[in-house]
Order: sequence, then C-alpha cells, then structure tokens
Amino acid sequence: MTNASRIKFLYILMTITLLLVGFFQSWNVALTIFNLCLISSIMTLGINIQWGNAGIVNFGVMGFAALGGLANIIISMPPTQNAWKVGGEIIIIGLLVFTLSIIFSILLFKKSNLNNKIKYLISFAFIISGYFIMRLLVDAPIEKIEAIEPAKTGYLGGFNLPVLLSWPVGGLLAAFSAFIIGKISLGLRSDYLAIATLGISEIIIYFLKNEDWLSRGVKNVNGLPRPVPYEIELQSKEWVLKVSDYLDTPITELSSIIVKLSYSMLFCVVLLIVLFLLEIAVKSPWGRMMRAIRDNEVSANAMGKNIKQRHLQVFIIGSAIVGLAGAMLTTLDGQFTPVSYQPLRYTFLIWIMVIVGGSGNNFGSIIGGFLIWFFWVQSEPLGLWFISQITTHISDANIIKSHLLENAAHIRLMFMGMILLITLRFAPKGLIPEVKR
Amino acid sequence: MYLLSGENITCGYGAIDIVTNCNIGVYKGKISSVVGPNGAGKSTAMKALFGLLPIKNGKVVFDGEDITNLPPQQRVLKGMGFVPQTNNIFPSLTVQENLEIGTFIDQNNKNEMLEYVYDLFPILKDKKNQDAGELSGGQRQQVAVGRALMTKPKLLMLDEPSAGVSPIIMDGLFTKIKEIANQGTAVLMVEQNAKQALKISDLGFVLSQGKNLFTDSGNSLLANKEVRQAFLGG
Amino acid sequence: MDFLNGITLIANYIVIPGLTYGSQLALGALGITIIYSVLRFSNFAHGEFMSFGAMNSILLSWLFISLGVTLHPLPTAIIVLPIAIVFTISYCIIIDKFIFKFYRKQNSKSVINLIVSIGVMFFTGGLIRFIVGPGDKNFFDGERFILKARTFKNITGLNEGLTLKTTQGITIILSVLLVILLFWFLNKTKTGKSMRAYSDNKELALLSGINPEKVVLITWIITGTLACVAGTLYGLDKSYKPFTYLHLVLPIFSAAIVGGVGNPVGAIIGGFVIAFSELIITFAYKKIFFYFLPSNFVPEGLLQILSTDYKIAISFLILVLVLLIKPTGIYKGKII
Repeated sequence: MTNASRIKFLYILMTITLLLVGFFQSWNVALTIFNLCLISSIMTLGINIQWGNAGIVNFGVMGFAALGGLANIIISMPPTQNAWKVGGEIIIIGLLVFTLSIIFSILLFKKSNLNNKIKYLISFAFIISGYFIMRLLVDAPIEKIEAIEPAKTGYLGGFNLPVLLSWPVGGLLAAFSAFIIGKISLGLRSDYLAIATLGISEIIIYFLKNEDWLSRGVKNVNGLPRPVPYEIELQSKEWVLKVSDYLDTPITELSSIIVKLSYSMLFCVVLLIVLFLLEIAVKSPWGRMMRAIRDNEVSANAMGKNIKQRHLQVFIIGSAIVGLAGAMLTTLDGQFTPVSYQPLRYTFLIWIMVIVGGSGNNFGSIIGGFLIWFFWVQSEPLGLWFISQITTHISDANIIKSHLLENAAHIRLMFMGMILLITLRFAPKGLIPEVKR
Repeated sequence: MYLLSGENITCGYGAIDIVTNCNIGVYKGKISSVVGPNGAGKSTAMKALFGLLPIKNGKVVFDGEDITNLPPQQRVLKGMGFVPQTNNIFPSLTVQENLEIGTFIDQNNKNEMLEYVYDLFPILKDKKNQDAGELSGGQRQQVAVGRALMTKPKLLMLDEPSAGVSPIIMDGLFTKIKEIANQGTAVLMVEQNAKQALKISDLGFVLSQGKNLFTDSGNSLLANKEVRQAFLGG
Repeated sequence: MDFLNGITLIANYIVIPGLTYGSQLALGALGITIIYSVLRFSNFAHGEFMSFGAMNSILLSWLFISLGVTLHPLPTAIIVLPIAIVFTISYCIIIDKFIFKFYRKQNSKSVINLIVSIGVMFFTGGLIRFIVGPGDKNFFDGERFILKARTFKNITGLNEGLTLKTTQGITIILSVLLVILLFWFLNKTKTGKSMRAYSDNKELALLSGINPEKVVLITWIITGTLACVAGTLYGLDKSYKPFTYLHLVLPIFSAAIVGGVGNPVGAIIGGFVIAFSELIITFAYKKIFFYFLPSNFVPEGLLQILSTDYKIAISFLILVLVLLIKPTGIYKGKII
C-alpha cells in the first residue's frame, strides 16, 4: 500500500472506531477519548520532529508537559491576596541570586583560561554560596506564603489572565527550559541523552510536587478557569433545551457533550496549525538538512553544518509543542496535579505512539497518538472481556478466575509492551513510514 | 602443495568487487607476503581468505579441504590464526589473560604455549599482569601475535603487522615473524612495508587494483626491476 | 559522651541506611552495567526484572510459609531465593531468545535496543501486576531486628539508639557475598574471562573462538541473579510494590553512570555514592550540632541542605552533574 492509501485507510478506520464507541458506549466517552487522542497526537508530533527528523531521543516528555500545565496556574489563576506582600518578590530575588551564581560559573568555564581544578573549585563555591543565600532569602517568605489559607491557597497564584493564553505560554515555558536542557545535554550520545532527559524531567516533577508556594504541590490546584462554557450555564440556555428536545437526549448529557465538542474544536484547530507548520518545516531546506544530519552526522559535520545549533533548534521546537499539549491537557482536566505525572503514562506511552505511528512521518504520529491512546483507554475493558471469555467455563467460585478477573485491567501494560515489540519487529518503520524525499 | 590457497577469488563490499580472480597461497612452514599500493585490495583479500568477507567467486582450500563457506570461528579450530590490523587486543584484560583467551578452544597445551610465547616475546612475561591497553604500540602488537599463536595454529595470518609501529621495533617484529615460521608455523601477511616483508618471505604476491600482478619468491621480486620501480620506490 | 552520641546518630541515620540502600543500588547497577558492556544497550527493563525477581521470592515465600517451611529468625525469603533466581534467569533468557536476540543478529543500533527494552519493561510490568496485583505486598517474616535501639541504649548508656534491622544485615551480607562471587567469576574463571574479552572486543573474541551465544547466556544468568537478589532485598527492606521498581531504574542508571558504565567496580562505587549523597544531603544536622557544639551555638531550623522530599531527585541531580562534567564516570567507563 502506498503511504497515501495507508493514511486514508487508517484515518477512516479510526473515525469509524470512534463513531462505534459513540453509538455503542456513549458519545460522552467517545468525545473524552477523542479529546485526549488529539492532545496525545500533538505531543507525539513534538517528539516525532525530534526523533523522526533529527534522531534526538527526548525522554523528558513528562517534564515539558508538566511545565505546560504549570503555565495554566501562572496565567489563569487569581493572585493570592497578600502572598506578594509577605515576600513574593523576595522569592523571585532569591531565585535570581541562585541563577546568577550558576550563570557566573558557566561564564567562568567559557571565558576564563584558569586551570580546570581552580575553575571547578570557584564555580562550586559560587553555586553553593548562591544556593545558601537563596535559602536564607526564600525560606521565611515561602513559609509565610504557604501558611496563607493552606487548605485553599498557600501559593502565589497567577495573573488572572484568560486561560487560553496559557497554551502559548506553556509552549514558551517548555521552550525556555528546553533551551537550557538542550545546552546542557545535547552533546551526549543517544542513550545518555535519553537517561539525562528522563532524569531532568523527574527533577522538574519533584520541584512541582514540593514547591507548594508555586504549584501547591501535592495539594493540587483545582478549579482552573475554562475557555469553554460550563455545563450548568448551558443547561439554562434556550437553544440547548431545544436541541435536547429535538434529539431526545437528557439535558445533562447534551450539555457535557457540547462542552467536550467545544474543546475538540479548539484542539483540532491547534493540531491543524501545528501539523501545518511542521509539514512546512519538514519540507523546507531546514528539514532536509536535519535529516541529512541524522543520516550521516560525520559527513554533515564535514560539510560545515552546525549540528549542535540545529539539534538545539529542533529540541526546542519539539519540546515547545509538548509543552503546548501539556498546557491543553491541564486546561481540559481543569486542575493541575503534579502527582499524576508519571513517566509511564507520559514519556513512554508517547514514545510508543511515535514508534507505532511511524517515525519521521507527521501523519503517522497523529494516527499513532490516536490508536495508542484509544487502546490505552479501551484495553482495560478489553482485557476484562478477554479474561471473562477464556474463563467462561470455570466456575465463578474458582480462586484463579476471580484473581484473573481482578487483575485483568493490568493486561493493558502487557498489551502496550506487545504492540511496541511487534511494531519494532515486523514494521520497524511504523504504520505510516517516513516519506523518502 | 599450498597449506592455504585462495583460488581465483573475487570479493568486495556490496556490489563493488575489490578483488577479482586473485590467487594467493602459502606453503607449510613458509612465509608469504601480499604487497601492493594502497587500495590494491590486500586486506580485503586477507579477510576473504579468513572468511570475514563472503566470497563471490573462487574457492579457499586449507590443508587439502575446501573451506570456502566455513565461518571464521570454525577456521580457528582448523588451525588458522588471524591478527587484525587494528583492535587486535583485549585492552582491559591483562597480558596473560589476553594470551589465555587463545587457549580456550584447547586447554591442553596452555602452559607449553604460554612458555613458547613468553620465550618469543620476553617483554610480555615482565608485563604479564598489566592491562594490555596500557602497553606501547609495539608491545600491543606482540600481545596480538602472541594471542593468535596460543591456539597453536598451522598458519598465522597477519594484517599489516607493522602498522603504527616505529621502524626499530618493526625490524624486531619481522625477525620474530621469521622465527615463528622457522618453528613450523606458516605465515601469511599483508604488508605496507613491501621491502622488508619480501626480504623474509618465501613467496610474494604483488597486487594492484585487486588483481595479481606478479607472483614470485620474495628475493626474485626484490630483484625484479619492474616491481622495484612501481612498488618499492626504486 | 556527646561525641559518642553524635557518632551513634550518624551511624544510625546515615551509615547503616546508606550501606543498605547503597548495596541494593550497587547490585542493580551491576546488572545494568553488565548488560551494557556485553550486549551494548541500556536496559530500561532492568527495574522490572528486579521486580519480577522480588515477585518470585514473594510467591515462593508464601508457599513455603503455608507449608510450614521457615528459617526463623531469618526471613523465609532466604530459603526460596535460589529458586526465585532460577525463575528470574529463565524469564530473562526467554525474553532474550524471543526479543533481544533478533536485534542482536541484526546488529541494531543501541538506541533501538533501548526502545525494545522499554517494550519489555511495559510487558514485564503488566505481567507482574497481572500475577500479583498492584498493591503493597509484605513478605517479611522472622525477627525484625538484629539490634534494637533500646538494647543498644541499655548496653552503652547513650542517649541515642542504634538500630540494625534484620533486612539491613541480610542486605549487606548477601551483597558482599554476591559481589565477591561475581568478581571471582569474572576474573578467575575461563568463562568469566571470555565474557570480559567479549565485552572488550567482540570481533576479536569471535576470532579467538569464543562462542558468542554462550557469553550472552552467561550474561543473562548473571543479570537475572543480580536482578532477583537486588529486587528481593529491596522488597524485603522497604516492602514490595510493583510501581516502585519503575522508579528505581533511574537511581540505578545514575549509579551505573556515576561509577562509569561498563565497569563493575564503578557500578558498586556509584551505588554507594548515590545512596550516601541522598542521605547526607537530606539529613537534618540540627541534632549533630546539638552534640558537637556548645548549646548556645546551635543554629535554628533543621539544618537540612535539601528537604527530604527531594531524596530521590538527588540521584538524578548527581546523574546530570556527572553527565555534564565527566560523562565517562568516576572509573573510566565506556561512553554510551
């Protein structure tokens, strides 16, 4: 099959599957899945531009997604009364002091020609003293801020701006950290880069989990503003009532479908914009050079291409897309829960989507995001069904049967592993392979 | 009768033939050298003879047996030893361990062979507990040859043994190679230093662009005007 | 007296836990380093292999306890460990045969193998949860303590107690034994030497008549053993939950990289560096100062460098620092 017909076939298949879920399970479920499919495929696009086009292994998906989520708080939440008065600025100053000490050390390494041992010693002393000065400055205000109504706020809050703004800001936040992370780690070879980015993303999550003054940590930030109307508002609208009558659907269900549909439309718009821009990028000379570097780093280097610079660019772009998707996800959830960021669900699942969809093909990434998310959600009921099918002849009192049924949900991890392994073995290029240009 | 002979071999990488219809051979207990300019296909031919490269045409016979399709490991068992040009030692293993690796296929003669190699290269005995990676270039080469000898091969194949070794050490190395042959082990080597190699060789093969150009005894080749002018620098 | 109290405090809160956790990390890191040096890829599934080993020990312990076979005052897990090891090794070998072998034959890039190992990680993680469920499993039986805090106080008359849990003692002793055995094997036996040779220079090892499949088999046997023992010890010491083992992968990688990937000695050193850094950086030094300084000099606050919440993050921090400053690690390892 050619790529075009593969794309047609798979996209139609996916649409039919989602429609079937709508008809047989419920439209609410179908739309919930659809929305997360959209977000997953945006994240997948971000990783695909890095891995598929430049061969960069970024295992920091989780961290960038969480930073996008953080943008929601910073942009859309109201500022906490008094939090800034008791020392919000001092925290910022403290962080700046620490940052400056690090920047100084970096400059020292880049510019000065002292011998290495002295450099290490000075920069170590600088960073350590920078750290302790920061602690001295911030410890007290942090305690004060976290003491302000800890059950409700206890954090700085945000700027009370429209939540939609947090999407681009989430992307920017991720881009900025990708710049730093990239500067640090892009010199590393693939395996090390994977481990380093995974480690850094864990550090980001730990930071968000424990710095209550910023993100309320494990207490979560709930009630993020929405870019779409609330169900309650809809239920009192005239036209909603009419449609509900016409379709013979309960008003509660219809209102939640409308909310989800509005999200779907927003997400679709973002997905199409991202896809459009990425397709342009991939087809441009910039994209060609990226693939040239991926395929033969040595000769690209010999031709005088600045590989590090290119890799940094693509690392920032991809991570920004992940951050954007992360921000959208938090908006959809309506809450920011640092504990929910798990490498299995974010980093590794997204990677399965990239590999299964087809590394280096944007349309493949999208279908990968859709298919894998769909299976991720549906394999729980599927597993249960499967186990109950094979155990129909065993009596219900049987311990093994009840044990199997109890743990059937965990089949989904096995299932995901198998999908990835089977793809790598029998279709290493994925469902929709890269187009040779 | 050759101990090892490649008869009309053609081989190369992918679709490109580097060596075409080449004949190379070595007699029992004698030394053969394959010489020629850069890119003549010397090392390629050598690899093909040892089975590291598939042969497209022709056959390889060792000790009267057709071994054209035998994998390299099996050839070691048959009595062939191979010293690659680069990466020819185990750097993080000690000198003694490097040598012992050679005896793993046949433990019986371990001590006897160790003694033989240490006699041949006394310096290795002094450094036997040192990591091989810490040795100098010449010493590493001795470890590499020693390791191949430990399998008690009938034939030792050396790919550019003098590469990266200083001239003085090189002389010593060629003396040792001669000694090895005198003890009854045939030697087939590929050499960049054609003059010195041919000096100790019983048989020389001059290759150019993957084809046999001259085949004669080492001394006759050294005396051959054409060979001297084209390949030995006058 | 104050001095002794201070020392006891350090021993109790830093030395003993550090040695225990360090041993567990070291055993894990050894597994990763050995796979890397022989098969040339970073095995992300190693945490799940450890979990699989621990699960075997748990199931067998339950079986043995129900049969009345125990080893009081030691935990039953000690008796079943050899059987659990055999199961874990078999699993590793089966996985290799059906999955990794294919990519080895193809000479795939290490990053492909890494992604394959993530597939294996998912699969194994699911399998484990399917068999024992995701919940907490306690399988420690026998005497809890070798030395109780109160006993120590009674004997010495100090204010500070020193506790040594049975699991800590077992962890340290078993790890030492296993490491000695491993190094003896690698350095003194023919098979061990050929394994090192293979990891050093694969091509030459083949030319020397070393059987690659045998080396790979031995590698998985060692890895399976290390994983099973490390996983069981960790589970015994901290209670077993399938979920935690996924999060153990990164500290273990940190240990292996800090020590120098591909270097067994490095893996052990790395394990202890990580474990002790975590404890030293998150330890509240207030009490120490209380013993060592005149009372009016003791500063306020807990005197922690970093809050305990960041304990595991420290291993990642060290990892990142090492990658920045010296990617080859303390002992020169191979650069991945």
